[in-house]
Amino acid sequence: MHSAAANPAIEFRNVSYSVAGTQVLRDLTLQVQAGEILVLLGRSGSGKTTTLKLINRLLSPVSGEVFVNGILNSDADIIRLRRGIGYVIQDVGLFPHFTVERNIGLVPKIESWPAPRIRGRVHELLQLTGLPPEMASRYPHQLSGGQRQRVGVARALAVDPPILLMDEPFGALDPLTRDELQREFLALQSRLNKTVVFVTHDLREALRLGSRIGLMEAGQLVTILPPHEFLRSPDRWAMAYVKAFGDPLDSIPPEGAP
Amino acid sequence: MSLLRFILQNHAQLLELTGEHLWLVGISTLFAVLIGVPLGILVAHRPLFNKPVLTSANIIQTIPSLALFGFLLPVPWLGDRAERLAIFALTLYALLPIIRNTFTGIRGIDPAVMESGRAMGMTQWQLLLQVELPLAASVILSGIRTAVVISVGLATIAAAIGAGGLGEFIFRGLAMVDNRVILAGAIPAAMLALLADFIVGWLERHLQPR
Repeated sequence: MHSAAANPAIEFRNVSYSVAGTQVLRDLTLQVQAGEILVLLGRSGSGKTTTLKLINRLLSPVSGEVFVNGILNSDADIIRLRRGIGYVIQDVGLFPHFTVERNIGLVPKIESWPAPRIRGRVHELLQLTGLPPEMASRYPHQLSGGQRQRVGVARALAVDPPILLMDEPFGALDPLTRDELQREFLALQSRLNKTVVFVTHDLREALRLGSRIGLMEAGQLVTILPPHEFLRSPDRWAMAYVKAFGDPLDSIPPEGAP
Repeated sequence: MSLLRFILQNHAQLLELTGEHLWLVGISTLFAVLIGVPLGILVAHRPLFNKPVLTSANIIQTIPSLALFGFLLPVPWLGDRAERLAIFALTLYALLPIIRNTFTGIRGIDPAVMESGRAMGMTQWQLLLQVELPLAASVILSGIRTAVVISVGLATIAAAIGAGGLGEFIFRGLAMVDNRVILAGAIPAAMLALLADFIVGWLERHLQPR
């Protein structure tokens, strides 16, 4: 273990967040170590996405503190902070009026990289995310859902940020494409070694991708465990989750049943 | 045929009045864009201003144009020159469609696009110039198109206060009870409106985001 344990990449200290009188997040304390994939698992409205948005300051906490790379978020320059954090969401959010090349090269461009360097980086990223080079000149509406999400990942990686936030990035994809992208994501991560916070409601995805799984329920972090321990956890919410996913064969009614 | 003869005999004046008409419409539309687009951006970003701004623009729109010209006549600097007054009034009328469409265009952008722009560390200014305005452009242009077509029609009334334009022929024809003279003003005005509609409509289609 290196010094990462002493200085976590991301840290929440007693963070609460509420909107319009409703408490969305309650006294969250959490550390994310550099290079790990922390999966936040939970149902809709449990506070996973809110947690993610507090990291890149799309939201600001009502109380408590968020640190990124040891710096208190509210002290950080918001633009610099965000450019150092890749963000991938389910709806992808590609710019519809930009080609794939301009979409991927957006952050390098606003960081004033010279044009040839941007072009080189875009082609490198296309290759890295498994997209053929001729995709560069396409527009988002000409791509399939899986291709769009690959572009979304490429865009998030453009300036090689050490942190990656992913909010159900593969949630809208068909099972086969999702499986493919999850596999490639793991392969990519083993080379890039980013600090990843990954939000999902899919237990299988959490078990497959996570170094640790943080289970959220009603704005609180109920348990945080490595995948194999999560499956055996005595926590009632974790057990409920594992049970709900259960054996897929259980969901088929027995033959001959009415 | 007598209409054609009248137009041929008075072609120099017709040309002059058409020029005046275009000037009134052009300059007032320009002012309305310069004021209306920033106001539309403001109300899209600050919902608090939404009601007062759109309501004011709406109220202006409901004042009969002839009455508005009359109201403005005694206003010190404004009433000194008919042309100045006409441009001011036409600008006011053109504001509503431009503000409203700028607002609608920006509000209609996919929230995921705006969120990812912000999350990538784009500044407000970069978001406005690279995302919001380009994606709202065709909706904004369709507001400008509405404004131009309204202005071409309204500008004929400016002749009532002596601001010139094709309305001169219309009012003169009304006074002379001569349809030829009315039509010599009305037909070119209608053609101008159609032409403006066509040109801005073409721009609108070509700026459509993919």
